[in-house]
Amino acid sequence: MFSFDFPPFGARQLRLLERLTNAVAVSGDEGAVRKIVLEHVRPLADEVRVDALGNVLAVKRGTASPRLRVMVAAHMDEIGFMLTRDEGKGLFRFGKVGGIDTRNILGKAVWVGPDHIPGVIGMTPIHLTTSVSRKQVPGLDTLRIDVGPGNAGKVKPGMRAAFATEYVRLGPSIRAKALDDRLGVATLIELLRRAPENLDLLAAFTVQEEVGLRGAQVAAFAMEPDIAFVLDCTHAVDVPHPDGEPNTRYNTRLGHGPAIYTGDRATLSDPRLIHHLVETTEAAGLPYQFRQAGGGGTDAGAIHKQRGGIPSVSVSTPARYLHTTASIARVDDWKHTFYLVWAALKRLTPQVLRH
Amino acid sequence: MKQLLRQLTQIPGPSGYEHQIREAIRDLVADFADEITTDALGNLIVRKGKAGQGKRIMLAAHMDEIGVMVSHTDENGFARFAPIGGVRPFYCLGGRVRFLNGRVGIINREKTPDPAKVPTLDQMFIDLGSARHGIGVGDVAAFDRTFEDLGERVVSKALDDRAGVAVLISALRQLESTPHEVYFVFSVQEEVGVRGATTAAFHIAPDIGIAVDVTGWGDTPKVPPMVDVALGKGPAIKIRDSGMLAAPQVVRWMISTAEKAGIPYQREVLLSGSTDARAIQLSRAGVPAGTISIPCRYVHSPSEMIDIRDAENAAALLAAMLSKEVPF
Repeated sequence: MFSFDFPPFGARQLRLLERLTNAVAVSGDEGAVRKIVLEHVRPLADEVRVDALGNVLAVKRGTASPRLRVMVAAHMDEIGFMLTRDEGKGLFRFGKVGGIDTRNILGKAVWVGPDHIPGVIGMTPIHLTTSVSRKQVPGLDTLRIDVGPGNAGKVKPGMRAAFATEYVRLGPSIRAKALDDRLGVATLIELLRRAPENLDLLAAFTVQEEVGLRGAQVAAFAMEPDIAFVLDCTHAVDVPHPDGEPNTRYNTRLGHGPAIYTGDRATLSDPRLIHHLVETTEAAGLPYQFRQAGGGGTDAGAIHKQRGGIPSVSVSTPARYLHTTASIARVDDWKHTFYLVWAALKRLTPQVLRH
Repeated sequence: MKQLLRQLTQIPGPSGYEHQIREAIRDLVADFADEITTDALGNLIVRKGKAGQGKRIMLAAHMDEIGVMVSHTDENGFARFAPIGGVRPFYCLGGRVRFLNGRVGIINREKTPDPAKVPTLDQMFIDLGSARHGIGVGDVAAFDRTFEDLGERVVSKALDDRAGVAVLISALRQLESTPHEVYFVFSVQEEVGVRGATTAAFHIAPDIGIAVDVTGWGDTPKVPPMVDVALGKGPAIKIRDSGMLAAPQVVRWMISTAEKAGIPYQREVLLSGSTDARAIQLSRAGVPAGTISIPCRYVHSPSEMIDIRDAENAAALLAAMLSKEVPF
């Protein structure tokens, strides 16, 4: 029987999350988050490298023998926009990067480029619209990012933009952009800090998840682990049903603990690893929930199919309103996600793959 | 062959949860194999023939079947579910599912103002008959339907692809010796995107890949005439499907072997759907690949139908191919 002397988790971790969520790392341009990650993991890991696509691959070796090579992945990138054409005087056409609903972007403030040049996705005022046009979602070709003439010279096509949302702590909650998946990135940094001795921890901070799990694919090929855990952030759609009916499609619920994946569109989680996680929650006295089976996908979708196959499972911290301007997560759900994965790693032996 | 199919079809093995069917297959092949391994994702890999001799040939038939995964349960004994693989809503209504612990549930629907319309899976539920059912979120079930012997034709759930599994087992048993290194792969997770064959092909690194799977049919009333495949006219040698163009040399090898051995065959051009051969073909630096298909009516329904002679002839064709040199 293990005793779990859980590491402290509080102000320090929240400060890290604040830095990570305020940084902008739209898929393909993850440099700002990579810099923070490198700064933290270089002193913690035995080996750190940045691969050809920009993944940060860090290895912290254990001492037990035999020991598993365990990949833990979290993606650094976030959804956002890419400027596509300069139309003069600070007006830019743009495209979406990753899954974004156009209804969510109308009239929203954005940061453009590495210097966070402030801009806005302009929207026609209500006075100049009709009752008919208000029911329609404008096409992306009718929208512009407006940074004004003063900053026009600092902004160029090809630059990325992200929602201009500052991290805020709201009592037991956090409101921020890009909690998907800076929560996972911060968790993975903490896991490296507290890496257990019974395994080789192969930490992959991946790129381009939001555009098709691309970074994880090459990271898993390169790392060649025995098994993989993916840390992500998943939807909590747990607000009451508008017509008063019971809500049976909530995906996950805030405050109910880390969400263990059984299956999504990209992966059927390895039953042995699901069992190991559930057993860990019982041994460690931690709350958990199963993410509802159905659509969606995480880096596990790419990882488990690499080489001769890699048994994989995902664990997410639940958050509301993902892929929009601002998401909400509970500090306790995040803390328990870290504790669960930390404890699960600590009690992991090659026996887990026996059955 | 019938007895084999009766046994294999009735064991539940939804994608990702193939352990029961894997153990059954392991028992059936144990006496005929040179080596048996299970890989990281659960593929059962059976080698026949000396390592290093002749061609390295990978055969694949998938063990998994479509099914459902529970996404929500309530206090009244009802479960909501997500599909595993290509589950057709109209085949679900009134159907039964069997969980891996043996528990049965029935599928029905929410009350609707338009009963003529096929509901979506979201509007259906599994009635577990009691609030004390022991079923939770993440539990999986396979569709439940008995095996029926109609003479030349047999009917069951999961003939996709236990028919292919039976063909591989039968071919292995017929194959007294082979000049090749042959890997009979009973693959996992085909129904959710040929995932098992992807990793097995990487692991085996074959010279040639052949999948054995069921295919569509063109011999029932008002079926689109472009599907020129009928039950009982022999195994179908695939030329293309929507995921793969079969390697011409593999197609020629299959056809010339069938003709020399007097085995009936059909040429198959399938417009939609694909098989494990797609994953093998695209593995590593590329692998010449093809598929031998068993014509099957009502694929992904709980009552799939094949002609037993097509399965027997497919096994005979495979055994004939593997017992001689490959002509390329």
